[in-house]
Amino acid sequence: IMDRLKLVLQYFQSNSESISNGICVILALISVKLYTSFDFNCPCIPQYNKLYALGVMFVPPVILFLLGVMINRHTGVMMEEWARPPGKRTKNPAVIKYLFSAMMQRALLAPMVWILVTLLDGKCFICAFSMSVDPKHFTGLPNNTGLDLVKIMAKVPCKEDIIFRNTTFRKAVTRYVRCYSQAIGWSILLLLILVGAVARVIKPCFNHAIFLQTRYWSNYLDIEQKLFDETCVLHAREFARKCVVQFFEGMQDDAVLRLPLSHTLPSRKTQDEYEEEERLHGITRKEQVDHLLQTWYQCRPELDVTKIAHRPTLCITWEDYKGRTIYSDV
Amino acid sequence: MDKFRMMFQFLQSNQESFMNGICGIMALASAQLYASFEFNCPCMPEYNYTYGIGVLVIPAFWFFLLGFVLNNNVSMLVEEWRRPTGQRGKDPTILRYMFISISQRSLIAPAVWISVTLMDGESFVCAYSVDLDVYQFGNATEHGLSEEELMRMLAKIPCKLIFDGQHIISREAATRYIQCVSQAFGWLFLLLITVIAFLIRAIRPCFTQAAFLKTKYWSHYVDIERKMFDETCTEHAKGFAKVCIQQYFESISGEMRSFHGHLRGDDSDDDDDDDEKHNNDEDKLLGIWAQDDMDKVLWNWHTCKPPLSLRKDGVSDDAKGDANTQEIGLLKLEIIYYFTRY
Repeated sequence: IMDRLKLVLQYFQSNSESISNGICVILALISVKLYTSFDFNCPCIPQYNKLYALGVMFVPPVILFLLGVMINRHTGVMMEEWARPPGKRTKNPAVIKYLFSAMMQRALLAPMVWILVTLLDGKCFICAFSMSVDPKHFTGLPNNTGLDLVKIMAKVPCKEDIIFRNTTFRKAVTRYVRCYSQAIGWSILLLLILVGAVARVIKPCFNHAIFLQTRYWSNYLDIEQKLFDETCVLHAREFARKCVVQFFEGMQDDAVLRLPLSHTLPSRKTQDEYEEEERLHGITRKEQVDHLLQTWYQCRPELDVTKIAHRPTLCITWEDYKGRTIYSDV
Repeated sequence: MDKFRMMFQFLQSNQESFMNGICGIMALASAQLYASFEFNCPCMPEYNYTYGIGVLVIPAFWFFLLGFVLNNNVSMLVEEWRRPTGQRGKDPTILRYMFISISQRSLIAPAVWISVTLMDGESFVCAYSVDLDVYQFGNATEHGLSEEELMRMLAKIPCKLIFDGQHIISREAATRYIQCVSQAFGWLFLLLITVIAFLIRAIRPCFTQAAFLKTKYWSHYVDIERKMFDETCTEHAKGFAKVCIQQYFESISGEMRSFHGHLRGDDSDDDDDDDEKHNNDEDKLLGIWAQDDMDKVLWNWHTCKPPLSLRKDGVSDDAKGDANTQEIGLLKLEIIYYFTRY
């Protein structure tokens, strides 16, 4: 099952578009969850009802839009491509436009979902527009409370208020306003789907070849940036490894190479012993180790690994009597 | 275990996604902590404000500090900041970049706490119920209460069960009003931090992109170099320990381990494998063949540990060398140095 998961992850990562789509859908789901967990509290006061309700309907979409733009990978790619100096590579405005429109489409999904969910649920509309309803159409208006009409209508969204206790007035008004709200919500949804379908159908009729090109090159830019970051990471790793080894070897006492041999045969060290010497890097005493650790802190080596990267390697060459190379081995 | 290791390697290989994961977990933890926290407004005029604002601010501050504690890069930042210059100059932009990226991640959990607290509204109700205007929510035109008694009654608004001023002020209306204000503040707070984050992330590539790439590379390098140094030290310690222990066993047993030259001189092909296996088993004994020797090894390991100083192979400090090592000859080779160029 881990192999399948890895395959799925690899598939998604290879195609950056599908990752962006996935993130976009996740953000839309988050917006729905946020709405359901949000405790809607209409103030039921004439001056503040509309302000509160329209605020709840429009401020979170702005936040979700900005979040959608920030999370999208294409934003960074697009901004970099737009802001960079031409250098040796000319800039293609069509690619920038394509990236911009792709980013906008994805970023607009979560706000639209929030607005639609708000409209279909109806609480915001009821809170905002209950005062605009004409109470003559409904029976049971409480007229013995001493409050004026606007204040009574403003209290309609609040269920617990005692003035509506024995009448069906409140329920009727809320039902009426909710109908309006849902009608508007469904119409907006229908309109968006129609626009989307029409755009999808007629787009290939215009400049399809150019569209394929811009899509390819925008994908290329994304991949190139990812590969550059990966290469930088690998390079930093190698650089660090060589720098540390160079530092260790610089702390050795003597640099003399001894090749001790017994009188019968060269002493063949086992693979393990070679590995041990490799790991020790010539540091074999406690004082050396202490001195090394102290120096690592006090006097960090410079960032230059040329010596170890271009270290002379031992190469043994067999030449015949004329000087021609028969065999050479590093 | 293999699957866990693979998953761990996947997370570790991408340090950034690991830190983002921790950051997300802390944000969820902060939301969950608020949900499970039992808010208990004291309902007394002197303490309401302190409690309400305290619940809003103190856990946020605590989450911020926790973010710093859990972040591995903090010790790296301080190390890079405090080290002497040595042969490598210090770059202040790198320090700034590291500090900013650590702070950004640590600020997410407090922001989640503050927005959840404001959206819920209870802390605002507790803190500001005494500042309400009675006549706006009042049921009666006059209440006939003194200043202090009025404040005491208003302070009881957050507590449903002990509120006794229903005839003077409508508790639900007042609570609802304050919760509205609290939620408005919450949304404004979210909008503000989102706009700031947007300006930083989306507009920044317009300015200083080249310098940003440089600082990103070198700050990542500092992190990797530290890890490589620790790895190299660990490997070195392993090698050191192994050789030290081998030399200790040798020094106790008085025998040298390398019999190879001696035995190889007169081996025959067909029992090569047996010979090798025999040699390997003998090698593992490290020259200790008797119970007394082993007891001596164990006793001395506690009472008289060997010094931390390895002898170099082929050179013996004392006169215990055998015939094997007496004759050391240097073979002269025609050596041609080969410079590799990339």
